[in-house]
Formats: sequence, structure tokens, C-alpha cells
Amino acid sequence: MTAKAAGHDDEPGIAAGEAAAGTRPVAGARRAALGDPLVELLFRLGDDRLILGHRLSELTGHGPILEEDIATANMALDLIGQAASMLKLAGELEGKGRDEDALAYFRDAVQFRNCLLVEQPNGDFAQTMARQFLFDAYSVLLLDELSRASHAGIAAVAAKSLKEAKYHLRHSSEWVLRLGDGTDESHARMQRAIGALWRFTGELFVADEVEAAAAAKGAAVDLSGVQARWDTMVDDVLARATLRRPTDTAMQRGGRSGRHTEHLGHLLATMQIVARSHPGATW
Amino acid sequence: MLTTPRAWEVIGTVPDPEVPVISVVELGIVRDVAVDAEGAVAVTITPTYSGCPAMYEIEKDIRTALTEAGASSVTVRTVLSPAWTTDWIGPEAREKLRAYGIAPPGRAEQGGLITLTRARQPVTCPWCGSRDTELKSEFGSTACKAIHVCRACRQPFDEFKAL
Ligand SMILES: [Zn+2]
Repeated sequence: MTAKAAGHDDEPGIAAGEAAAGTRPVAGARRAALGDPLVELLFRLGDDRLILGHRLSELTGHGPILEEDIATANMALDLIGQAASMLKLAGELEGKGRDEDALAYFRDAVQFRNCLLVEQPNGDFAQTMARQFLFDAYSVLLLDELSRASHAGIAAVAAKSLKEAKYHLRHSSEWVLRLGDGTDESHARMQRAIGALWRFTGELFVADEVEAAAAAKGAAVDLSGVQARWDTMVDDVLARATLRRPTDTAMQRGGRSGRHTEHLGHLLATMQIVARSHPGATW
Repeated sequence: MLTTPRAWEVIGTVPDPEVPVISVVELGIVRDVAVDAEGAVAVTITPTYSGCPAMYEIEKDIRTALTEAGASSVTVRTVLSPAWTTDWIGPEAREKLRAYGIAPPGRAEQGGLITLTRARQPVTCPWCGSRDTELKSEFGSTACKAIHVCRACRQPFDEFKAL
């Protein structure tokens, strides 16, 4: 990945120099790696799905057509369910008595480890599906690797989630095709969406010491291999959708070390307010 | 005194809350049942979909049924591996689904990755048996179903998705 300083001034949480750091680990990641790398890995996996699931749930009752209302609600349910399994396991391995609800509702933005891509707003339907496609392609490839992990708990949750992720990828890739190879308007919107989200994709493949340490503990992921397969898959879909792969290689990152765009704080405020206002409440 | 075969029978009367024509045993989510000398029952289940909201309901229904049948205590444990597959739904249960108006699942895809451009096999209409049907949405009224419409009899119908 050729990374140059991004310097988008609408993203105050991201220092301009950081994207130039290449494979040099950022401070937050180094601090986190002192803990159990499997816990950190599960936070990344679980938080990606929790935040994306929440984003999709915002469309429930607001989908552009009935079928998509139902589809996005179903995908949200799958993702939040996967997140619950992953964060439950993270809490057990961490051993501090935090269950999946405590981890979802009582951590602040700086403690979330999701990638920046999933916290981006839904925008128009093209943006919702472009975000979904870019993530699903990564998710399927990553979960496929982790389903063969020697750590039994991680392999189980990955294999379970993989089956659902394949349905999501099929759905989102078909929308990229349909809108890209559709009308002038739908094509323009999908091209704009891919262009707007592209800068958040580099982060998905940045390996740091969490990956290295997790590999030593039975959950190895070859992120450069995942990236090569992701490139092939995404290029193929974009080409068939008559869409251009963005050539701008300026990439933003920070999510894996808790440095998020402004959007995450707003999302968490909505997601966490009931649990925080009424701790321990059941309904 | 509750025996293990009797406990299986009892759980076999608990319907799937979302597809009540088949039991949770026929659905394939009950992985193990063990009754100890004191009549305490340990049940192992596996979720259909990760976020399936019916799992809580199912666990509660299993507890109630076993307690009413004389279990001294009931423990329900959830496991994720091996991941649930619709291939565990037997031929009798598939026929019950079809009679209820839900097209039974095809064979689940094996292996890790998928072909995005696969040609879809048409799903047979559970009402009239026609193969002239069209997929409307891969996501339906519950996590486990897709929506189709039959061109021959003009009826919409659910398909139990292969997983
Ligand atoms: Zn028909």
C-alpha cells in the first residue's frame, strides 16, 4: 500500500502525518498489544460488526424499498449477533468480568477498535451498499482464514459468521453491479460512493504487532494475502459494474487504535444512551 | 423419572417459534441431551443464525417443557461449533415445510469461498410445484428465509435458505 499523508481537515481525529507511517505501529496499538492479543483481535472483529450492524439498523423502517428494509434489518441482526459472540469471547479471555453488553455499552469511542469504514454514515443507498460491499469482501476473506485458526473459540465464531457474511457479500455485490451498471444517475452515485469510501479501505490490511502476537497464540491471519484476494474480488466486481477503481491511494487509519472519525461518537451516543441511563435495566 | 430418550421426546414437542410446523429437534439445533441420576437435564443447542432472536424463546420453551415433564433442573448450553447447517433438516421435516408453504432448503454450499456470479437454480414453488419462479429477495420475514414469487400460480412464497 502506497500511503501518503491524507490531511483531510474534516477528520480532526486523524493526524495528517499518520497515514505516512506505513507499517510503523501507532501508539495506541502498541499500548494495546501489551494485553492479550486475542482479546484485541476479538475487539477488532466484534467492533467492526457491532458498529456496521448499528449503522444498518438505522435503516429499519427507513429502507428505500420494502425488500431492502428487510434485507438491511436482517444483515444488521446477523452482524450484531456475530459481534455479541465475538465480544462475549473477548470478555471471557480478558477475565475482567465484562460481558458482551458491558463491552458494547460501557466503552467510550477511544476504546473501540472498529475500522473507520464501518462508522461512516449511511449516506444515500449507493453509499450504504458500497460500504457494505467493501467491508463484506474483506470480512468473507478474513473469516475464511480465521475459520481455520487453531484457537477453537475463534475458529468456531469465524466459521459461524462466515456463512452469514457470504449472503451479505452476494447481496451487496449485486447492488454494486446493479447501480454501477444501471442508469446514469445510479452509476454516478455508486462511483461517488466508492470514491468517498476508498480512503478507509487501506486500514483493513495494515498488519501490526497484534496480528503477529495473535498468530503466535493460534489465530494467524495473512493480511497481505487477504488484501491480494480482496483486490482481485473488488476489481472484478467494479469492472463488471463499469465502475472505476479509485486511483487516489491516500489512506486514513486510526480505528484499530481507537482514533476514530467524528461519526463514531454520535453513533455511540445513540447506541449507548438507554443502557447508560438505566444501568442493569431489562425489557 | 426422566430418561434421556424421554427427554429427547419432550424436546421434540417444542416447536420452532418462527416455523411452528417443525420442532427444534427437526430443525437440527439440539446437539445433545443428557439426564443424570438425579433427573437433571443438560441440553446443548446451537444457533441457526448468529442474531436469531428466536434463540431466547427456544431456550425458554425447552426449559418449560422439560420442567413440566419432571426434570429436577435444566441447563441449556449454547455451542457455535460445528456451525448449524440446513443439511441437518431431515426429509420428513422438509416435507412438513413444503406442505406449510415454505420451499425447503437446497444443499448447503461447502467450502469457504463463493462464486459471486453463480447461476441460481430456480426454487420449486411449494404451492403448485412449478419451477418457473423468481427470487425477489435473499432476505425475508425471518433470518432463515428468502422471498420468491411463482410465475405459474402467481403466489409469493418463502424459501428456507440453504446455510
Ligand atoms: Zn406456484
